[in-house]
Amino acid sequence: MKENLYDLTIKEIREGLYSKFSVTELAASCLERIEKTDKALHAFLTVDREGIINEAKEKDKELLKLKGDIFKKYPLFGVPMALKDLFTTKDLRTTAGSKIIENYNPPYGATVVGKLKAAGALIIGKTNEDAWGHGSSGENSDYFPTKNPYDLERVPGGSSSGSAAAVASGQCLAAAGTDTGSSVRLPAAFCNLVGIKPTYGRVSRYGIIAMASSFDTIGHLTRTVYDNALILSVTAGKDPLDATSVDKNVPDYTENLMQSLKGKKIGVVKEYLVEGVDKGVVEITNRAIETLKNLGASVSEISLPHTKYAMACYYILVPSEVSSNLAKFDGIRFGKERAAFGAEAKRRIMLGTYTLSSGYYNAYYLKAAKVRTLIKDDFDSAFLKVDLILAPSSPTPPFKIGEKSGSPLQMYLSDAFVCPINIAGLPAVNVPAGFIGELPVGIQLIGPQFSEEQLYQAAYAFETETEFYKRRSSVI
Amino acid sequence: MLSEKEVAHIAKLANLPLSREELLTFSSQLAEVLNYIEVLNEVNTDEITPTFQVTGVKNVMRDDKSPQIEKTLKVENALRNASATDGKYFVVPSVFDEGR
Repeated sequence: MKENLYDLTIKEIREGLYSKFSVTELAASCLERIEKTDKALHAFLTVDREGIINEAKEKDKELLKLKGDIFKKYPLFGVPMALKDLFTTKDLRTTAGSKIIENYNPPYGATVVGKLKAAGALIIGKTNEDAWGHGSSGENSDYFPTKNPYDLERVPGGSSSGSAAAVASGQCLAAAGTDTGSSVRLPAAFCNLVGIKPTYGRVSRYGIIAMASSFDTIGHLTRTVYDNALILSVTAGKDPLDATSVDKNVPDYTENLMQSLKGKKIGVVKEYLVEGVDKGVVEITNRAIETLKNLGASVSEISLPHTKYAMACYYILVPSEVSSNLAKFDGIRFGKERAAFGAEAKRRIMLGTYTLSSGYYNAYYLKAAKVRTLIKDDFDSAFLKVDLILAPSSPTPPFKIGEKSGSPLQMYLSDAFVCPINIAGLPAVNVPAGFIGELPVGIQLIGPQFSEEQLYQAAYAFETETEFYKRRSSVI
Repeated sequence: MLSEKEVAHIAKLANLPLSREELLTFSSQLAEVLNYIEVLNEVNTDEITPTFQVTGVKNVMRDDKSPQIEKTLKVENALRNASATDGKYFVVPSVFDEGR
């Protein structure tokens, strides 16, 4: 058994809970870890100390009564989890990382939160993020920037910045996030974690504060692939409260993880191998390709010809949808008046209002929606030739706080490898792929819609071979 | 590219009160992004149908029944985050009186 309970993976919890430690001890271990590290990290906006201690006590009482395989009934029994503050939690403050709803006390909760709780998870608190999901670094939080546990002067990635920092530093065992253009995979890559962006519609968005309604997906970050697959088995599924959720069977994603990669065809995108990608990232990506080949996969080059239009397409469609979704914050039914929006939110609202306005709609929004078809078609064609696509999750390793915040456009371009996937509604998983010095680098595996099983299998094979997840931060 | 007047107009449409400084900063930042977006003009989309929904889901319906009482918010809960209420209703700024 590891020295600290917070170092355990969810899989390891199952082996030791009741026999070696209690839920209360596990929760206390995470709370202590938060106490010790969060002044430096700023991962949390709200810690529900009292709530989780009471929950843990209840769970321990239940444990005494439950016989047999409690994990069959409650797959996440006793697991302390954090939620990005976009997740509405009944009676627990929800801010979306923004000052607008700084004191919002939700009268209802998100479907996914209900599912996680029903599976036995304990909610330890709400994590910091770029306000409303607007950002790739965590620096757009209206509160404070979260730090990267591997280097406190660098960003943990965003917008699920707090969720990533919390899991990577052991403040909790898993954390939920959202991914609209990068926001689970990028922080996962920057913090040496496994992060899933599911297929659009795989997981219910009900109760999760909307950013761009045709792009938002509900994902999560964990240390290992098994843990990640376990959680998706809980969160996925049709929800009558989310009309965009898809009525497709949810498999047990952990069941067939150990599949050989023999014969798997993996594509590497010609248009991604460009100048401007950090040399260290290129090296790590190439080593990952070799590893996958050694595991039996064949790797070939594919083309996504409309890649260079993806960012422009994204930055028309998403702000347009953002401007619509943020219109509900009227300062009347909840929240402060609209002047309290942060700069990035105001920028995106303005951009979106412009691109949707009369006289401009055709030139911008409609045009971008047509380009969206072309980008999606590129992927569909590629998947006729290959089973999966491999790409770096970021063109650079984690950058320094303040390095990119001068130019909004520069910040937007750091999403070049990740946001086309959201345009097409595809699933993708980030898996740790190596380090540049102390700094984690991740690769993403991308698949056709609803191919999460396949993604996890490939990620699991890669993880088993490379074991990068074992390397913790040496600074915190 | 974008005049201050245009930016002020957009801000009004979006119901976003902006300070003078914000007006100037956003003018240049928005102009930069809009300039970048022009690249889409390179793409011929004449015969392309737009994508608004990536998984092809259409017309999702439910039975025409009232939602269960437990699923609706109690009035006091619906009002509890409001800036001004009269106990049963949200209080809103007057729409008709101030000639806008």
